[in-house]
Amino acid sequence: MPESIPSNRTPAVLQSSKLHALFEVLQKQGYTIVGPTRRDGALVYEPLTHVNELPQGWTDQQEGGTYRLARRDDQAYFGYVVGPQSWKKFLHPPALRLWRAKRDNGTFEILAEPETVPRYAFVGVRACELAALTIQDQVFMGGAYVDPHYKKRRENIFIVAVNCTQAGGNCFCASMHTGPEATAGFDLALTEVCDAEQHFFLLTTGSPAGEKVLHALPHRAATQTERESGAHLLEQTSQNMGRTLDTSDLKHLLYRNTENPHWEEVARRCLTCANCTMVCPTCFCTTIEDVTDLTGEHAERWRKWDSCFTMDFSYIHGGSIRVSTKARYRQWLTHKLATWIDQFGTMGCVGCGRCITWCPVGIDLTEEVRGLRASESGGSAPQTDSD
Amino acid sequence: METLEPILAEHPFLQGLSPEHLHLIVGCASNVRFEAGQYLFHDGDQADKFYFIRQGKVAVEIHAAAKGAIVIQTLGEGEVLGWSWLVPPYEWHFDARAIQLTRAFALDGKCLRAKCEEDARLGYELMKRFTHIMEQRLEATRLQLLDIYGSQS
Amino acid sequence: MARNLETHRAAEPRVDDAMLPAPFLVQQLKLETDDTFTLALAPQQKNAEFEFQAGQFNMLYVYGVGEVPISISGDPAQHATLIHTTRVVGTVTKAMRKLKRNDALGVRGPYGAPWPVQNAIGNDVVLVAGGIGLAPLRPALYQLLAQREKFGKVVLLYGTRSPEDILFRSELEQWRARFDLEVYITVDRALGTWRGNVGVVTTLIPKAPFDPRNTTAMVCGPEVMMRFTALELQKRGVPSNDIYVSMERNMKCGIGFCGHCQFGPTFICKDGPVFSYSRIKDWLAKWEI
Repeated sequence: MPESIPSNRTPAVLQSSKLHALFEVLQKQGYTIVGPTRRDGALVYEPLTHVNELPQGWTDQQEGGTYRLARRDDQAYFGYVVGPQSWKKFLHPPALRLWRAKRDNGTFEILAEPETVPRYAFVGVRACELAALTIQDQVFMGGAYVDPHYKKRRENIFIVAVNCTQAGGNCFCASMHTGPEATAGFDLALTEVCDAEQHFFLLTTGSPAGEKVLHALPHRAATQTERESGAHLLEQTSQNMGRTLDTSDLKHLLYRNTENPHWEEVARRCLTCANCTMVCPTCFCTTIEDVTDLTGEHAERWRKWDSCFTMDFSYIHGGSIRVSTKARYRQWLTHKLATWIDQFGTMGCVGCGRCITWCPVGIDLTEEVRGLRASESGGSAPQTDSD
Repeated sequence: METLEPILAEHPFLQGLSPEHLHLIVGCASNVRFEAGQYLFHDGDQADKFYFIRQGKVAVEIHAAAKGAIVIQTLGEGEVLGWSWLVPPYEWHFDARAIQLTRAFALDGKCLRAKCEEDARLGYELMKRFTHIMEQRLEATRLQLLDIYGSQS
Repeated sequence: MARNLETHRAAEPRVDDAMLPAPFLVQQLKLETDDTFTLALAPQQKNAEFEFQAGQFNMLYVYGVGEVPISISGDPAQHATLIHTTRVVGTVTKAMRKLKRNDALGVRGPYGAPWPVQNAIGNDVVLVAGGIGLAPLRPALYQLLAQREKFGKVVLLYGTRSPEDILFRSELEQWRARFDLEVYITVDRALGTWRGNVGVVTTLIPKAPFDPRNTTAMVCGPEVMMRFTALELQKRGVPSNDIYVSMERNMKCGIGFCGHCQFGPTFICKDGPVFSYSRIKDWLAKWEI
């Protein structure tokens, strides 16, 4: 895990034609590179071996309930925001065998899973995703118990952050103070400058490991103009967020509105499909499955992603606690924006907008919060035009 | 009975009554005693009395054909048994049986009803107190109905 | 591998894999009523000990079937045997009910925040148990009785469905026989042969002998029973932060990672299961939380 060193050194410049050097240096250091690539009409995170697997020249168009890829009119490597997956796919795997067991003379023996985890280099981590990593670090490693599986995967990863030079249609990192610029938690950060005359990356380091990699790359110090173009892009991105969320007194707003009729209104639209929890980079709930083979001799315990939207998430003898759609949606949103603060010290939301994009009916949590605030001040919520 | 008055006056149910009203009520009171197993009244009897239990325990029962007597509530020291004397047709709808030796004040409901007709203020004071008891009983009964320890809870 | 004593907040974060159950062997399975049984377990490792605090629970694993959270119902001073009392309510407890002597059961724990027995020193203590709720309270009663002189009046109020559902009968009789413990029992319904109280357990509160201004109340039972009990205790003048309840929710891990046991801003596995009523009463009043 990279130390957070404020990167106040002069940024370096790496020409876009030399981006492959970054891959080569990381591979030579023994890292398995993971980054964005195009598959099935989306940009997903997968192990990459070559720079040309990056979705160069592609962008994403995101709206409530909509995600489309489109060609850019330039050859930017990172000209998009975030797709349906987040880095939790690697750090908090969707399915994980925790142990195996076998019967042994009337009793049983548990065999812990030996875990060999590759040394990952995450290339293309957005600022909101860095914030999400910090949030999950707190969940899995900040309490009395530490999740050894998360810890093992989280240590020793190399992070190449990418500062967003355009905002997505559903992005609101500026409201959440999590972006668009990555300020800490990375080893290297890139800002891509790509226009008719030039195509380069501004590079800043965030750790000794990042410095080491930078040294091995063909780079030079950035000029004043180059630095300014990077800063300008970030400023523009910050001003052009697709959404905004007013976070003032948000915890108490949600705490005092648990019975607000607005929840019924969302419940009419919500399908409890759980997409939002699957794509959210901070959602962490899991379930445990204990299974055996047919003979009953061998047993396994698996941990799998779960969602508070499922009917039996809250099941205890006699029935589930949260039966209605309203209760389940309220649970998710109240947890994400309010109770998370009491539990972990920050909100659980980083403003990435994935839940808005991947909701089949386009429920937008920034609108839902707006609706709750409006209902308090006596006004009616603005009509949402999702269908 | 003069000797009963100070003892009755202590009873929580009668707190706050004026000395005149207390005296009226005492005029309708008598000291009674039931041996263990003795019935205070049966389902269908005229409800002419109600009781302040001073000591002991009384079971309020319903007799169900196949099961015999089912106890739905027990009342003990300090509790008040019976409000059917207030409600026409003034009949008991349950059995009441002393589980152990029980001493009580029996209050003559017929006598008290007449006094309440004459003195509406007395009637109102008694109504307030009985309403409170009924509310408590209803709440407790509702909890019993929920069968909270049952197999689905 | 038995665990050492731990409070619900360990001083050092534990990095070992807390998801691995340790095998314990069944010493005895005793039927308490027709749907409730008590398991006595011993660590498989000879001479190993198990320590816990009253109010804590374990995750119990039936090989190949599944794992469920069950409160510990034994004496915290007794480290050689681990006691659990549970009702049969689902697949895992049904399978547990069929265990025989020397069968193995996986144990992870102890987890959770305990009853505030030490904090109650100097006070009267009222334990109000509803149904199976007597089981998680029994360890607290053992602890109170082991240092009886440190407390004022100690009162146990126990309500259950019917006389046939009364748990720990012989122990209850022993407790009633003591001069330094008041035990009141009531049932929701009974046949005529029952000579005890009939009525919900809340009816025992107005007359129970304790001083509301100097009392620690520990309440355990179905949620609706705990809510009404807390109300009755408050009516008698017990402040809400002197009333403790034990909450229950779905649990998969017991250590704060799976997210299932959340109740408002709390995780029942680590912030609870024992809570002061004042901390959670607003959430308890809401539906579907």
